[in-house]
Amino acid sequence: MKKLSMKSTIINFVVLFIVFGILIVLCETGILSNYIKGILMVCCISIIMACSQNITVGYLGQIALGGAGFMGIGAYTAAMITKAMASANILVGDGAPDTLRFLIATLAGGILAAIFGVLVGIPALRLRGDYLAIITLGFGEIIRVVIQNLKFLGGKGFSEGSAGQALVGINRIANLYVVFWVMVVSVALMFTFIRSKYGRAIIAIRNDDIAASASGLNVTFYKVLAFTVSSFFAGIAGGVFAHYIGSLSAASFGWLKSTEYVIMVVFGGMGSLTGSVIAAISLSALPEALREFSNYRMLAYSVALIIVMVYKPTGLLGTYEISVTRLLNRIMGKKEPSLHAIKAEVEASKASEEDKEVQ
Amino acid sequence: MNTPVLEAKHLGIAFGGLKAVDDFNITINEGELVGLIGPNGAGKTTVFNLLTGVYQPTEGAFFLNGDKMNGKKMHEVVRAGIARTFQNIRLFKSMTVLENVMVAFEMNYKYKLADAFFRAPRYWKDEEEIKEKAIDLLRIFNLESKADYIANNLPYGQQRKLEIARALATGMKLLLLDEPAAGMNPTETAELLSCINVIRERFGIAILLIEHDMSLVMKICERIVVIDYGVTIARGLPKEIAENPKVIAAYLGADDEMDVEDDTKEGA
Repeated sequence: MKKLSMKSTIINFVVLFIVFGILIVLCETGILSNYIKGILMVCCISIIMACSQNITVGYLGQIALGGAGFMGIGAYTAAMITKAMASANILVGDGAPDTLRFLIATLAGGILAAIFGVLVGIPALRLRGDYLAIITLGFGEIIRVVIQNLKFLGGKGFSEGSAGQALVGINRIANLYVVFWVMVVSVALMFTFIRSKYGRAIIAIRNDDIAASASGLNVTFYKVLAFTVSSFFAGIAGGVFAHYIGSLSAASFGWLKSTEYVIMVVFGGMGSLTGSVIAAISLSALPEALREFSNYRMLAYSVALIIVMVYKPTGLLGTYEISVTRLLNRIMGKKEPSLHAIKAEVEASKASEEDKEVQ
Repeated sequence: MNTPVLEAKHLGIAFGGLKAVDDFNITINEGELVGLIGPNGAGKTTVFNLLTGVYQPTEGAFFLNGDKMNGKKMHEVVRAGIARTFQNIRLFKSMTVLENVMVAFEMNYKYKLADAFFRAPRYWKDEEEIKEKAIDLLRIFNLESKADYIANNLPYGQQRKLEIARALATGMKLLLLDEPAAGMNPTETAELLSCINVIRERFGIAILLIEHDMSLVMKICERIVVIDYGVTIARGLPKEIAENPKVIAAYLGADDEMDVEDDTKEGA
């Protein structure tokens, strides 16, 4: 089992390096304009966000609409940290220092978002279905309004009640190459999480929570865990966003933003990370690609959504995951290793171990 | 004297003014198979729900190997050692047969969150071990060849078996089976019967069985408890139960109920 998985991990990374190589070549030769690079950056952020929302909405099956709030927490935290570090002159300078500063700040943003994920998740996840959707939407809005009014984040203070200034002067140190790998590592970690006992428990809870607790699973724990992991990666996406865009206003983390990412999850397939990746790329790039049709582009976006929902209600991929290994095997005409093959391999390795012992 | 696996003392629950179960007493020893029967709506499933922490008893207490189980949540009761199946099968329908069983091994996985994220050696070791255990368990139920199937695509009888296999994976000491033969044809029932016998031989666990199929109950149960309207009306060996006038009355209707019927006819 481990051997097979190692092989596919290597294949996946080879593919990623090829994609990364193409990206470098295109950027360095100047084929990609700054405009296209910007779109790619937004795609990376959307991929992290969509995958993170897929953990709660898809795998856990709970419609949570507060994603953008946690993205906001991550964004503001990361921005404040890089600003503070810049004024203290820690890790400032082109290249490695800036990148390291960016990574530290983004990680911190993710951690703080995760902490808030626990705090919000414990009361919110007692509810389910539409009630949960409403309460998470409420929490998301609370986060946004609090950020909007905090003085050190550019607000006027709570007594004023009106929106303050945007938080400006954030170093735009999110480099596309680095962000690409941040995205890859985030998606890979979410994938390993889902393919572990934790992910299995979460999927089991979506299937039937009564049966899940009858199988000895602490349903509340796993729900909060899923929500926390999801918040963590939303925070990471926020950190990247802050250092790409350079200025933050709380209005950009409203509930509309949350629904946008939930739409990506539904579009790609609830319970498919590769589906979320495809949906995030196409739904971020589509409005840009249609820009020349100006007013009609949002119409095209809506029509695309409707068509998918009518003809493929489970989303583009459903719960299916695209696998490069499987694709390669198919091209080479190899059969997929069945459970029996795996079992046989395990037994063979056992037998060889026993042989060694005998010797 | 050994402590019994399950001991319920004066167990009862009231929903508002309605006493669904009243003064329920039962003792099950290691390796014993006890039947719980009664007409529809007698409170059999409520007893199961009390014993698995779905409902909290409003009266009395129950003990597993001498430990008090009152106030524990469902997953805590399962971890302590009482597992169950459901009257209407509850499987993880979109998951494979193997995964269904692997989920229930949750307590046996030792690896932590970080091990899962970064696929540490412990992750591989545990996952492989649990997978083998799960396959071994499926083999007992002849489901090994179906391990890769999506659970929902199994025929009814095999879904039942899978549910029992999943319950066994929790490593329990007492198994509660809620109408396992419901909706099964005679062949499937016979298969289930041999299945239950195999479990008892292999694991030596205690079983409490709710069942409507009287022939099955009479064949395999060592003792039977009969309840009606939440009250225990008889207990004893299968033979005694079959001849007990109270039980016959509960199932076929007592004389006084017939009187009522006659009255209404006269009224009409």
